[in-house]
Amino acid sequence: MRAALVALRVIVAREALRFLGQRGRFLAALVRPLVWLLVFAAGFRAALGLSITPPYQTYITYETYIVPGLCGMILLFNGMQSSLSLVYDREMGSMRLLLTAPQPRWWLLFCKLMAGAVISILQACAFLAIAWLYGIRMPWAGYLWALPALFVAALMLGALGLALSSFIRQLENFAGVMNFVIFPMFFLSSALYPLWKMKEAGRLLHDICAANPFTHAVELIRFALYAEANLPALGWTLAATAAFLALALRGYDPARGLVRRREGG
Amino acid sequence: MRPAPAALCLALCLALPATAGEIWVTNERDDTISVIDVETLEVVRTIETGDRPRGITFAKDFSRVYICASDSDTVQVMDPDTGEILHDLPSGEDPEQFVLHPDNRHLYIANEDDAVTTVVDVETRKVVAQINVGIEPEGMAVSPDGKIVITTSETTNMAHWIDTATHTLFANTLVDSRPRHAEFTKGGSELWVSSEIGGTMTVFRVADQSEVAKIGFEIPGVHPDKVQPVGFRFTEDEKTAFVALGPANHVAVVNAETYAVEKYILVGRRVWHMEFSPDRSLLFTTNGVSGDVTVIDVASQEAIRTIKVGRFPWGAAMRP
Repeated sequence: MRAALVALRVIVAREALRFLGQRGRFLAALVRPLVWLLVFAAGFRAALGLSITPPYQTYITYETYIVPGLCGMILLFNGMQSSLSLVYDREMGSMRLLLTAPQPRWWLLFCKLMAGAVISILQACAFLAIAWLYGIRMPWAGYLWALPALFVAALMLGALGLALSSFIRQLENFAGVMNFVIFPMFFLSSALYPLWKMKEAGRLLHDICAANPFTHAVELIRFALYAEANLPALGWTLAATAAFLALALRGYDPARGLVRRREGG
Repeated sequence: MRPAPAALCLALCLALPATAGEIWVTNERDDTISVIDVETLEVVRTIETGDRPRGITFAKDFSRVYICASDSDTVQVMDPDTGEILHDLPSGEDPEQFVLHPDNRHLYIANEDDAVTTVVDVETRKVVAQINVGIEPEGMAVSPDGKIVITTSETTNMAHWIDTATHTLFANTLVDSRPRHAEFTKGGSELWVSSEIGGTMTVFRVADQSEVAKIGFEIPGVHPDKVQPVGFRFTEDEKTAFVALGPANHVAVVNAETYAVEKYILVGRRVWHMEFSPDRSLLFTTNGVSGDVTVIDVASQEAIRTIKVGRFPWGAAMRP
């Protein structure tokens, strides 16, 4: 048990060190959502008349609407970045070192996931602080509620990254992840527009958005930021986490050999 | 009373919210009044009225409520407890807004189609006087001492100053296009008039009817044509004014001492009039096009809730 915790501590510390060593990555992680908030949303401030849907009790500006979605964006990019670092680790050989540690493989992968989630939450908190300074303020209790919601969402997106990393052979393939995973996941969700607005555009689009686990992660964060629980969204997010984790474990299972087969052959 | 129940009773009394009361909102298109409970912020009653209810005001003792039923060409008098129409008052044609004189007896009614202000005695139910004013009179205000009544005429673009002792005009002052609402403030020493098309508020010194200030509005991202000030109210200390900006869908917060606009609060669509809760901690705005009422927390100057009412809510009045 002690060894397991040591493994967790070491892996989280390594991720944190790597993150601190890459100031550019931290800035990039913040600049991306800030551009959306300060530039993109500013143009839509008055153009998009949002109707009142829970958890909102009154009319809100578009900037207020997209803040939870942009938190989700941070977690999404960070989850994918973690998967990128796994591919990098594999190419550099440190992955082999990690996976041969005397700990169950699932635990090692879970530690990796936790480490990524912690980094994601730090970034999301920094973004929420800047949004607060910009004038987009949630109730104080909402910021506390948001922590577990951000954690669950970060775990789900980290698990997705982990699963993807088991399928990506080379760093160069990450561009594919951008095009085929990050963009569709982000744009086909409630991050930028509410689902009822999507319904106006078409039933199919709405259904795809409603099925997208990222939508549920964003809604979970949105409700939590107003100190409200969205149980269906929580259920969806947890179910997706479990599914992605299972996929990742399968990918990294030496007996099934996705990793071994790829590395060996 | 034993100490424990006494303490319990005291605790319960202290726990009672200070904001009990009701906001009555006229729904122009539904011919109804929606009654909002200030404590729960929910519509608790819907009462039928005459055709196209717009202006609404309570008697000083809150035993009667007066409603401008514009398309019925009458002012209805209702028992607020039962919702029963007790009788009509002879209002002249198309009454839109009115104001109850501090004597609790004389209603000054703007007759939009007739270009007159009608004075009605609510006890004898008779017209006391009809005063010719500009075209399309609408905004009505009475000074705290009851000596002056103001009518604003939307097409003539004037505030008409009526001497209540003689029921004659003693001054007419030009304002910007389409004046919709007027209010006295600072103990009756200042008069504010909103101009819907002009997009401004004009402030007059009452003593000599001279213009003291003109207030303009500019909301980032909103076309200036959409900024159309209509209804407005002052906080109890008269240091702050909240101004409804119509299709700009915002309420402006104006410093009544410096005349500077300090903030804009997002509310529902086409906000026109507003009313405070009895303790003045909350402000309720009527949003005509979106058919709802937005509740603003006066201390934090934030919108906290929007409540669905009937179609095209217009006027609002408070009942403790």
